[in-house]
Amino acid sequence: MKIIISNSSPDPIYEQVSKQIKAQIISGELAEGDALPSIRKLAMELQISVITTKRAYEDLQKEGFIDTVSGKGCFVAMQNKELLREKKMKTVEDLLSDAVTEAKKLGISFKEIKEMLELLYNEEAE
Amino acid sequence: MTNVLEIQKLRKNYGDFALQDVSFSLPEGYIMGLIGPNGAGKTTIIKLIMNLIMKHGGKINIFGKDNLEHEVEIKSRIGFVYDNPNYYDHLNLKQIKNIIRPFYKEWDEKVFLNLVDQFELPLNKTIKKFSRGMVMKAAIAIALSHHADLIIMDEPTSGLDPVFRRELLDLLYELLQSEKKSILFSTHITSDLERIADYITFINHGKIVFSKAKDEVFENYALVKGGNDLLNEETKTWFAGIRKSEFGFEALTDDVNKIKKNFGSDVVIDKANLEDIMYFSNLKNGGN
Repeated sequence: MKIIISNSSPDPIYEQVSKQIKAQIISGELAEGDALPSIRKLAMELQISVITTKRAYEDLQKEGFIDTVSGKGCFVAMQNKELLREKKMKTVEDLLSDAVTEAKKLGISFKEIKEMLELLYNEEAE
Repeated sequence: MTNVLEIQKLRKNYGDFALQDVSFSLPEGYIMGLIGPNGAGKTTIIKLIMNLIMKHGGKINIFGKDNLEHEVEIKSRIGFVYDNPNYYDHLNLKQIKNIIRPFYKEWDEKVFLNLVDQFELPLNKTIKKFSRGMVMKAAIAIALSHHADLIIMDEPTSGLDPVFRRELLDLLYELLQSEKKSILFSTHITSDLERIADYITFINHGKIVFSKAKDEVFENYALVKGGNDLLNEETKTWFAGIRKSEFGFEALTDDVNKIKKNFGSDVVIDKANLEDIMYFSNLKNGGN
């Protein structure tokens, strides 16, 4: 597991922690059943407060990413792959919609956007 | 959640300074920072907790017990670092330790010697020849050597260099690995607390300004910067402190959402750190 805290990020620290753990669960770096460090251990390693770490774990649990087994600690929960994919699709959709809004402001035509997208998509694939 | 420390309506009157109905509590297993400018009342509160001075009212419960009725039992479970440790300065650290050791049933010689070694303190040099930083380190070593459940430190990091201050924070993190240990830590070097503290209690002019979880403080407080034309009789009251210059104002808010709603993109909103909160809270509204 890798977590990097930035002091200059506008995101609060608990969100930085939960976002990074979430990303690693979605990408599969953290697999179902993997144990997460205890709240107090993680707080010490990251040099952040216990309450901040607790909040990050609570958010992850609420969203179904981790399970807490009392007395044993926190584990990566069983993930619904389709649901995860849908969530990620939604992010892509949101980003595209932002791009479209910006393009419209600049008066870029649909054809031009399509060309741009085609170029970008194929670049990525190479 | 049980509270390891509970203070209710604590009062102390010195004539020119008074502690007024101070109430706050520290849950077991967490670390609280007590912040405030010089003369705000931090040391007075800590002295009252340790029963070094008499209170004029209020109640202090430690480990669920009255701090006066169960003083001996309570104090044996507290590791205490005073802001100006007063040791007999013609003695060396080993002799000082031998005087203090019998007072603590749980004294752990091995822990003490490890800390002395880690802090690079000489056992055979008289305290007179110690620098201020070394005396502070000695006091911290003694406070951490009897498996105390509550560590109370009054300005432990003043006079210490940044390298050792970081080292001390690491030691405190290690302590907090146990859910049974709690820490109360007064300081005006707020950067030490910005990350480690779970709770922040801010005291000013003998009164509690707030006592809250640190994340909650940072969520609500923010620095707002904008043109002077935005300030009028009404908007001025939205801020806890305003610094005006010829070119604009800078102010502290404890309700960032209200400011966002009313000013939108007319102002720049920055994160406030504890030092900002302390500085701006000390300003009068609308002051220059």
